[in-house]
Amino acid sequence: MENYFVLPFTVGTVILFSILLVKYALWISKLSKIDKLRIVQSIFSRRTLSAIKECFMECLIHRRIFKRNILLGYMHMSLAFGWFLLIVVGHIEWVVYSGTFVTYPWNSIFFQYFVHESFPGEKIMANIMDFLLLFVLSGVLLAYFKRINSRMYGIKKTTKLKPRDRMTMCALWLIFPLRLLAEGATASFYHNGGFLTNSVGRFFEWIQISHTTEEILWWSYSISLGVFFVGLPWSRYMHIFTEVLLIGIRSTGVKLKKEFNSYSRIQVYSCSRCGICIDVCQMHISNISNNQSVYILKNIRDQNLTDRKLFNCLLCGRCEQACPVNINLNDLRISQRIRATKEYNSDYAFLKTLPVEQPVEDKTPEVIYFAGCMTHMTPGIKKSVLKVLEKANVNYQFMDKDKGACCGRPLMLAGQYEAAKKLIAHNREKILESGASTLLVSCPICYKVFKDDYELGQISIKHHSEYFLELVEQGKITLKKSDKSIVYHDPCELGRGCGVYEPPRNLLKMTGNLQSIQQEKVNSLCCSGSLGDLCLSMSDRNTIKAETLKVLLNQNPDMLATACPLCKKTFVKGVDIQVKDIAEIVAESMEN
Amino acid sequence: MRNFGFATTKSRTVDYSKIDTRLIGYILENEPTFNACLSCGSCTAICSAGNLTNFNIRKLSLLIRLGELEKIHTEIDKCMLCGKCLLECPRGINTRNVIMLIKKGLTIFDIKDQE
Repeated sequence: MENYFVLPFTVGTVILFSILLVKYALWISKLSKIDKLRIVQSIFSRRTLSAIKECFMECLIHRRIFKRNILLGYMHMSLAFGWFLLIVVGHIEWVVYSGTFVTYPWNSIFFQYFVHESFPGEKIMANIMDFLLLFVLSGVLLAYFKRINSRMYGIKKTTKLKPRDRMTMCALWLIFPLRLLAEGATASFYHNGGFLTNSVGRFFEWIQISHTTEEILWWSYSISLGVFFVGLPWSRYMHIFTEVLLIGIRSTGVKLKKEFNSYSRIQVYSCSRCGICIDVCQMHISNISNNQSVYILKNIRDQNLTDRKLFNCLLCGRCEQACPVNINLNDLRISQRIRATKEYNSDYAFLKTLPVEQPVEDKTPEVIYFAGCMTHMTPGIKKSVLKVLEKANVNYQFMDKDKGACCGRPLMLAGQYEAAKKLIAHNREKILESGASTLLVSCPICYKVFKDDYELGQISIKHHSEYFLELVEQGKITLKKSDKSIVYHDPCELGRGCGVYEPPRNLLKMTGNLQSIQQEKVNSLCCSGSLGDLCLSMSDRNTIKAETLKVLLNQNPDMLATACPLCKKTFVKGVDIQVKDIAEIVAESMEN
Repeated sequence: MRNFGFATTKSRTVDYSKIDTRLIGYILENEPTFNACLSCGSCTAICSAGNLTNFNIRKLSLLIRLGELEKIHTEIDKCMLCGKCLLECPRGINTRNVIMLIKKGLTIFDIKDQE
């Protein structure tokens, strides 16, 4: 009868797993048919093995967090992996003791309370368990300390937590110290612990605790477990189990859709609110601290997302890059924007009435060049691209010479998906009609949408940096090297967006001295001009830009190079040195 | 009537106490920078949609300020949100947000075009 203390734990466990089962079943059932088929086909394939490996590396070891900061990684590993081992080894301990494999969970969880007599291997098991407990406790201690000084863990700003998260966190913080005390109390009577619990036991023996105290300690341990389990699905700790589900589903090849669906929901619930995305966000520079991805995901969960927060984001993708759970933060935000603006999409009826331009010559062009709105804003880039094409004797057609429609990416960024589709269809038809084999783009914003949403089939889509590099390699243009020092700024859409980092750098190495800087490639900063943000004021943009320029111009280069007309346009207003697009640099350093 | 090659607009009066301020109020509440607009027309001069159609965002802005919302809907739907105006605006107005707010406002207040 004295075993009633297992009730809070048992009830908590039952509630937890019932909720998880219902939720996961609901989410999976709401996936599209194709996605479900993918999952069924991938079960028990090689992908399952890689998913299990990823679960082990990310959910237990937390490799990606280790990469960020060793202390932070250790804290997460000791809590997750340590606890996992405590459960597994605890069960092994029960098996060694009883010789049976199946038992009630409380028998292995509260092993030390139930089993006082000695059995073969008792000391070894008790010491292993004590070692694991120490491992977890070290993580708990680090977690306490992180609340006081998070900077040591590589985190400047921690997530603002809500009461539910705090309560569950406190329960989690109490579980393992209480376990130590409870096991210590039992050890004070029966000496059945290992090196750690027996030491605590000896202390309890010295102060002569009663059996009631022992009972109270076991009760508290069980209650803290129960509270944590019941709180888990309603707090950020939902990520513990959902991340496993996410990794499993992701490994089968399910991708995030434009529209918010139940896979998006699984991603949202996989967010641990670790706050790693907070520090990398450049919005802090202008004191905006409510719109970071962690808060957006929280708001999606709680269904209280405001337009102001949703649309106030540069969509630079730095948070997505840093996310240890690999959540598609940008696309998730865009899917919310699609949902928010669904009711008012344009149909662009005028596109159908536009006069059809007849090509001047009959021959099919090899390359079709789409400059895009932003390149038209920076005529220098446009002229340079055309100059290079002429010089290399490329047979090209200028698609949007004077009457061009927008590529659709700005609409996509604003969530106007249906409207964007109209522009995409219009442009797509023009591109396919031209018969060209290459689509040349001089703006990363257009480049991204061409790559992601146009479905151009055989036509290869090239950013001008890629295409010019090819021209150089084919010997169609030759570049002469100057001794100018150049720093290259990675445009967000080109770098993190499309993974083009090297072609512009290779070109710049041929034309000058390319200097490397602190934050480049995947870690590059946003220029602040991004069309992803709809509400950021000009003054805030300028503050962010100034910080980015500080990093870029740290080594006093002679020239700042970029590969995006919008980045160029943004930077030009803030610096004394030359800001040039890669097209202009190539055009200027061509040999006659 | 003789055709002089130009026309005069009909005389009309605007009663400021009676104008429909719902839309402009909504925009200014959510994007206060729109207050700074001096109707210079830079946005209209650079406009991509204006290049393809007779879309005139400067005119729309004036109409919205006067609460004359009869033809806003069809007009605003021509904007492709490309953001050139954002770069051109000398007053640093978040033009793209203004457009989105007009669209949303028209939906919220259920303002439809009148024939």
